[in-house]
Amino acid sequence: MSVRQISYADAIREALREEMIRDRDVFLLGEDIRHRGAFGLTKGLADEFGEERVRNTPISESGFIGAALGAALTGLRPVAELMFCDLILCSMDSVANEAAKWNYMVGGGRRIPLTIRVGATGMSRGAGCHHSQSLQATFIHYPGLRIAVPSTPYDAKGLLKTSIRGSDPVLFFEHKMLYPAKGPVPEAEYTIPFGVADVKHEGKDVTIVAVSWMVQKSLAAAEELAKAGISAEVIDPRTLAPLDKRRLIDSVKKTGRLVTVEEGCKTGGVGAEIAAIITDEAFDHLDAPIKRVANPDLLVPYAPENERLIIPDTPDIVRAVKEIV
Amino acid sequence: MSELSKEKLLVLYKNMLTARRFDERIREMITKGTYVMYHSGIGQEAIPIGVGANLRKDDFLVPYLRGWGYQIAKGVGLNKMLAELVGKKTGLAGGKGGTHLADFELGVLGKTGIVGAGPPVAVGAGLTAKMKGKNQVCVVFFGDGASNTGNFHESLNLASVWKLPVIFVCENNRYALSTPAKVSTSVEDIADRARGHNMPGISVDGNDVIAVYEAAREAVERARKGQGPTLLECKTYRWMGHSGITLDLEVGYRTKEEIEQWMERCPIKRFRGWLMERGYLTEGEDKRIEEEVKKQIDEAVRFMESSPYPTRGELERDIYFEEGGET
Repeated sequence: MSVRQISYADAIREALREEMIRDRDVFLLGEDIRHRGAFGLTKGLADEFGEERVRNTPISESGFIGAALGAALTGLRPVAELMFCDLILCSMDSVANEAAKWNYMVGGGRRIPLTIRVGATGMSRGAGCHHSQSLQATFIHYPGLRIAVPSTPYDAKGLLKTSIRGSDPVLFFEHKMLYPAKGPVPEAEYTIPFGVADVKHEGKDVTIVAVSWMVQKSLAAAEELAKAGISAEVIDPRTLAPLDKRRLIDSVKKTGRLVTVEEGCKTGGVGAEIAAIITDEAFDHLDAPIKRVANPDLLVPYAPENERLIIPDTPDIVRAVKEIV
Repeated sequence: MSELSKEKLLVLYKNMLTARRFDERIREMITKGTYVMYHSGIGQEAIPIGVGANLRKDDFLVPYLRGWGYQIAKGVGLNKMLAELVGKKTGLAGGKGGTHLADFELGVLGKTGIVGAGPPVAVGAGLTAKMKGKNQVCVVFFGDGASNTGNFHESLNLASVWKLPVIFVCENNRYALSTPAKVSTSVEDIADRARGHNMPGISVDGNDVIAVYEAAREAVERARKGQGPTLLECKTYRWMGHSGITLDLEVGYRTKEEIEQWMERCPIKRFRGWLMERGYLTEGEDKRIEEEVKKQIDEAVRFMESSPYPTRGELERDIYFEEGGET
């Protein structure tokens, strides 16, 4: 029997629904989530679970993320939605100063089951500077946060369940271009542990480590490269904190070459960190310089026609690989 | 007037005195070279003690940075507090948190070092109280400076629209570090800000512990009845400088005369007089309470001094939740 295909958005909604059924302490809060949410992720949930547990907030990102932290500290399991990735900056203190540090500051032993769904990350909707950023790298700099960056419906559902059942604050980055993307998701219950990278495509000549939507672009690149006789291994870290360093290092040991691919800015990016780890811990296995494909530190221009010029794309990945293979 | 029993009045008095003497002892320790991050609460003791006396053990409290009356009112022991304030392993947070001083057993959620960041957390605790239906309340303390932050206004709005059992207590001590409220704050009475968020705003003399107690009692009752949040402003004055062991006279934002005027209005001296006038307290009893307080503090100092600092390995722990170490 073949596994059913559902979208990334449906996989997320299914995870929310199942966890709300499973645990009375799980509740949702965020802007406009009562009816459907800006991208339809919470559609139907208020009708099923009531407005107490699907709680529309005012436009108060700092306030409601801080409130979600307070609720998590006192026995609930909030799942907060930020409508766009960019809005996490409005709640920066609540996320980076408070949620990330509270367990440490009180001496440990405090569960903080706070999931923050960082919605609609990334470019491609023509939305310009304030609704298109990929800020994952910003947050790998804050110990105390866990960071998930699912690239498939299967990973999204499994990782979101793990986030909600966990004991630490989680930033769960969802990519807006992935919402409609379909993939196999079994009906049966499953979760995916944090810190376990997934080899999305096996190969032996070069390791491509890609984040979020860029995993799909990298898989397309791997197909192109295969036609040219180059065997690329595409690895999706799935979580950036914790990061599955072992699996990345093992792959580089096998291939001797590394290309990182992300949509965020190149400087201080996820790729920069992974490149540094590989240089520190697997330098002797490298046969070529590490290449980073990323937004070349440009601001996101308005309108899809303009934006297209800066989104890292399959030909950029193919080119980067060919430079070192 | 107050319906407080003699026993309860004397608990208030003892708690205020404990907060004062503990604060003074810390200042003395600092002058002798011990490190403590010190934001004195001297002069403001009536507020945490008066408000805190209305709380149940399972009520939530988010403290203000100034002084230690919040924890004292909730029954947190001095030993672990002092050890934490010095950074010792036996402290409330193993020496890692310092002045945050949480004690979850007693509902003390911990303070934050970022001005204005407490109220949102209190809103969340209020939400838990409401959703779990155990009739708890949450009280959060902050200064006049915090009432200018976005977090303050976002929190009052949220608590109001969700009708949460949260009591916002503003200790208006007239200065945010060196900046006077009159050049930074658009209202004379911070309680007026409640009107914009559709909740009761009460302003009381924060140096009168009975007035504070009574106002907080009403606010707590309203919250428990499901009638929503209150903003309670307590007007007061900090005697010491913002941080450190001087009066900040060298900073130049206030005069010695102004400080002395407020020292005349000492909340403890005033309450002692009130108790004696009514025969609730005698000189002899007062002396006995002083001795008891001193004994507790001496014991806390001994406990702290005999405690080790944490190891590097211990400092590396608890960045994430660790199974088996629940509090």
